[in-house]
Amino acid sequence: MTTAKAARHLPPHPMDSLLRTERIPHIWCPGCGIGTVFNALLTAISESGYDPDAVAMVSGIGCTGRMAGYIRLDSFHTTHGRALPFATGLKLAKPDTKIIVVSGDGDLFAIGGNHFIHAARRNIDMTVVCVNNFNYGMTGGQQAPSTPLGAKTSTSFSGAPEEPFNFCDLAASCGAAYVARWTAQQVRSIRSSINEAMEKRGFGFVEVIAPCPSAFGRRNRMGSALEMLKFYRGRSVTRSDIDTREATLDIDREIVVGKFVDIERPTFMDHYNKYNRPQMPPWRAGNPGHKDKR
Amino acid sequence: MVAKVANSGTYFMNGDEACCEGALAAGCRFFAGYPITPATEIAEAMSRRLPQLGGIYIQMEDEIASMAAILGASWGGVKSMTSTSGPGFSLMMENIGLGIATETPCVVCNVQRAGPSTGLPTLTAQGDMMQARWGSHGHYEIIALSPSSPQEMFDMTVRAFNLSEYFRLPVLIMADEVVGHMNERVVIPHEDEIEIISRRKPSVAPEDYLPYGADDDWIAPMANCGDGYRIHITGLTHDERGYPAMNAEAHERMVTRLVNKIRKNLDKITATRNMYMDDAEVIVVSYGISARSAMKAVRDARNEGIRAGLIKLETVWPFPEELIRSVAKNAKALIMAEINGGQMVLELERVVRGACPVHLISNYGGAIIHPGKILEVISKAAKGKL
Repeated sequence: MTTAKAARHLPPHPMDSLLRTERIPHIWCPGCGIGTVFNALLTAISESGYDPDAVAMVSGIGCTGRMAGYIRLDSFHTTHGRALPFATGLKLAKPDTKIIVVSGDGDLFAIGGNHFIHAARRNIDMTVVCVNNFNYGMTGGQQAPSTPLGAKTSTSFSGAPEEPFNFCDLAASCGAAYVARWTAQQVRSIRSSINEAMEKRGFGFVEVIAPCPSAFGRRNRMGSALEMLKFYRGRSVTRSDIDTREATLDIDREIVVGKFVDIERPTFMDHYNKYNRPQMPPWRAGNPGHKDKR
Repeated sequence: MVAKVANSGTYFMNGDEACCEGALAAGCRFFAGYPITPATEIAEAMSRRLPQLGGIYIQMEDEIASMAAILGASWGGVKSMTSTSGPGFSLMMENIGLGIATETPCVVCNVQRAGPSTGLPTLTAQGDMMQARWGSHGHYEIIALSPSSPQEMFDMTVRAFNLSEYFRLPVLIMADEVVGHMNERVVIPHEDEIEIISRRKPSVAPEDYLPYGADDDWIAPMANCGDGYRIHITGLTHDERGYPAMNAEAHERMVTRLVNKIRKNLDKITATRNMYMDDAEVIVVSYGISARSAMKAVRDARNEGIRAGLIKLETVWPFPEELIRSVAKNAKALIMAEINGGQMVLELERVVRGACPVHLISNYGGAIIHPGKILEVISKAAKGKL
């Protein structure tokens, strides 16, 4: 209650028009990286010039999935792992809407992994932002498909015995049209990557390495939130346009960041119209969302 | 050139194809599915027909994704459906629950085959009736229809869309392999003669709109994505604004409304087809393909002078409690015929509460029930020898 009361007396935030301010304070822990990513995302949407009524957010379950509950857009908080197929249906039913999917590493790549590879393969026109904090934060910090080998979580007390996925490499190999990775401290890069992914016709993927001081950081003795933020930033090396197989994500050695993929590829709807209804006008011509700039 | 919506006329078609045509006639323009016997023909027909009508057919990676996609499409303002059979139906359960909680109109057709597990993919059963009722976790009400013929596959698919749009929930069509695969005469009426119901839209300004603020009939008007209402939709327990509300009171309020919008509107939902019921003393209650066997048995019994009657459940869920209770008072016996180990018979027994004897005629799946088997039980019941 004290927090809620305090929040009411806070000065207005520049992004208030895109926030459900009546739902603040949010549930994220102090020092969590999600807030930074959310702020970058709101700024990116605001700067994109799209009519907010033509932008929708779809999320799965988990800490990052809660973004959908705070953004003042049409927003859908779906089931665990299923944000992408839900968003696929929404996009195809309403092709003039810009779709942004936000979720965590566990939601998008463990329980939702199958949907991720197929959404990228189909090149569904949407922007996917993954906040990767190396564990399941919402449930108290369990091992995820991103957990570094040997890292401690509440379900890997003596160290995770599995090797993690490299999400950017996976996205690229499945056909994503845009792929980038940054650490949570690189807010300007996150923002411009989200903007570029939104502008990209096709499946855009932006991964952000973010601190989870309450669970992952605590169990792996990584210090305060600020220390984690600086640690990830310090480990990062920018190598844009490299083969994603070389986009290493190893917190003990280096975190390769940058924009790795930026290609043109026909989307699902391009192919669908070509094969199924050649008599209809090209998708883009009938899709005001792409020129809906203010 | 855009093809005609409903190809009105008289056809010889199978139930799966009739289901597709019914959906298109009802305004369905989005189908997401995954191939599975014996429901594949619905997806195949949809993949041919939907592009002609400007709609979308997408083959998803699994049934979980199919169910999620039709929910997304529905929020995009497009009437949507999927079709499947037992194994896929199991995979859809979680997102059927999301559809219930978020009150998302859509239609799921389950062309049942024998289970458990992979079971008998090409042979009939009615073994998913309780799964249809309770398969997704938590407490809720559901609407499920049960067609007995290709004609009813058409008619009931139209009705399923109308019910889903009106009551805002996933409506289930519980068909079976025989109804799906058999060819019969199907009359598709002219499109002007088909009643189409679409979701109620909000009439207030966005700042006054409560996404889950119900009208007097417990049903809330629905704003689609992009309508300017900036809705928030979540599977978490939510208040009238659609915002998460993590406490027992909010949960009680939300589930009460989800239940009441069905329970308080039974007159608009429940449907049965009654045969020879005026003076019936031995009453067969059945649904789907089994009701066809029962129809023959009841007719044969009448020819033998037995006062037999049939209640064919067109809506299996909600179960027609009031009707069953009223006929049970004066009946010698009630007989349930169904292709499972006895699922809807449990409901029958629950409602009858010992007012008359209740008998089950069933097999575990793989074959329809022979009318002779039903006739035999009717005869014995009529003589009081059961």
